[in-house]
Amino acid sequence: MALDTLPKGTRPRPKAASHVPRTLTAEQAARIRRIQRFGAYFILVLCSAAFILPLLWMFTTSLKGQASVLEFPPRFIPDEFHWNNYPDAWTAMPFTRFLFNSILVTALSVLGTVVSCILPAYAFARLRARSRGVMFAAMLATMMVPAQVTLVPKFLLFSKLGMVDSYWPLVLPNFFGSALFIFLLRQFFTTIPEELVDSARVDGAGELRILWRIMIPLSMPAIATVMLMSFIHNWGEYLDPLIYLRTTDKYTLPLGIALFRGEHDDQYNLMMAVSMMVLTPIIAVFLAAQKYFIRGITLTGIAGR
Amino acid sequence: MTAYTLRGRREARRFHLFTTPWMIGFVLFSGGPIVASLVISFTNWELLASPHWVGLQNYRQLWHDPDFWLAVKNTVYFGAGSALFGVAFNFVLALMLNLKVHGQAIFRTIIYLPSVLTGIATALLWINILHPDYGLINYVLGLVGIQGPGWLVDEHWAIPGLIIMSVWSAGNAVIIFLAGLQGVPQSLYEAAEIDGAGWWGRFRHVTVPMMSPIIFFNMIVGFIGSLQAFTLVLFMTDGGPNNATLVLGLYVYRYAFQYFELGYASTIAWALFSLIIAFTAAQFWLARRWVHYEFK
Repeated sequence: MALDTLPKGTRPRPKAASHVPRTLTAEQAARIRRIQRFGAYFILVLCSAAFILPLLWMFTTSLKGQASVLEFPPRFIPDEFHWNNYPDAWTAMPFTRFLFNSILVTALSVLGTVVSCILPAYAFARLRARSRGVMFAAMLATMMVPAQVTLVPKFLLFSKLGMVDSYWPLVLPNFFGSALFIFLLRQFFTTIPEELVDSARVDGAGELRILWRIMIPLSMPAIATVMLMSFIHNWGEYLDPLIYLRTTDKYTLPLGIALFRGEHDDQYNLMMAVSMMVLTPIIAVFLAAQKYFIRGITLTGIAGR
Repeated sequence: MTAYTLRGRREARRFHLFTTPWMIGFVLFSGGPIVASLVISFTNWELLASPHWVGLQNYRQLWHDPDFWLAVKNTVYFGAGSALFGVAFNFVLALMLNLKVHGQAIFRTIIYLPSVLTGIATALLWINILHPDYGLINYVLGLVGIQGPGWLVDEHWAIPGLIIMSVWSAGNAVIIFLAGLQGVPQSLYEAAEIDGAGWWGRFRHVTVPMMSPIIFFNMIVGFIGSLQAFTLVLFMTDGGPNNATLVLGLYVYRYAFQYFELGYASTIAWALFSLIIAFTAAQFWLARRWVHYEFK
């Protein structure tokens, strides 16, 4: 409970109470608080600057000419703005093609994640079965296993199925539930009052109807969070495309960027233009939907308490 | 009573029906492959040949493989560095934000933003930022008269460079810490103040114990994540210079997809998994000394 939410009269006196020996006078305490606050601002401004500068650097570098990119010492703001770096970089590679590939893979993956995580999450949250505890523990345990362990068997599986150099290995696993997102949705489902579900049951609603009519509408914020997190993850995924995609035509944006870097070694201006074009949509999505990201973090991250 | 058990049985049937997608995924893409990987780690399997059982030979080879031990060292260096710095940094920032400063939301957004910018485009940005001559960091250091190091091209500075990038992209923990700090009951601070505790005493005896489960949780998650991180390393340095950034995850990738020795690759993967388990277990053991739980 924050002090300033109390009505005026009931607020405890911050001043030294007479019955307890105090080491500080109220004046000294206020001065310490002022110094602390000043120190906090100083650190916060410094850190925020450190966090935002790389992004500004990316922007200004993307506008530099080829000569000023390799200038020493470098300059933060170029004397000339080369806006044509953007179209130049974009057309230096079939980036439009890579973009469409990325959109296809990401859209299918996000769809698969949402569709396949809701039912298990509901089951883990609300349906009782003897094996539930064991299965839930097994699911949480898989989150601790590093991806490297499953790398080789998954590759063998997909090569046996003849799916190498196709999008199947990137998309298909998403249609069979992800432990993290099932856990996240389950956490949210458990916060929905039991009475709502029970009264629907009394009215004769089946589980699917309860899910569709009560749980899903009430959980839209959590579902949006899952969609966003899954979008960010699949949009940036580099390893799986690297392992499975062979034909350049099928490359997604991250692979295209790697290819681009190999062929334009010193052209940091063009590289930063590419980074800008790939990251700006994500920055925009983040700024528009920040609260959903925060919910995702607090739902999965606060579990320690 | 029969009605109840009937309903119970129907509910259990629903449960199994609803969890089927995950069960299939578990068998095909997580649980199954985990078991398969363990089996493969006892075989000698070159991609195009057929596997044959070699018992513990891969594990013996691993024990005498100097590159493996180098990778363990690099993994622990990078993993511990980014997890500890990440947690400490985020915790301090959350403490500052919790002082009810003006513009809290703006600071929070700025610190949080980089953590959603994962992937290759960001790695590309950091290749530029860490460039010894044309990069942002050495430019800023130069402004205050410091000659910056060779970051990703110098053996001694490559991992510190990667740790800086990793801390930059881990600002999301600030949200968790801030939520935790706001959940510490104000009455505890008031009680401490009445007992004559100064700001340091309140921090030491109220904030730290109350926050310890959250710090602990973030340490666990941080270590698990950073010990296995390698895709950005693969892209940025490919283990170089001179294997200074060869981490275990990357070593697995090399054996699996460059040397095509699936058996040995799986052995390294299990060594990595064991390392993660060891670090997690050690932290749980240490937690008994410092983590405070409200309800035992």
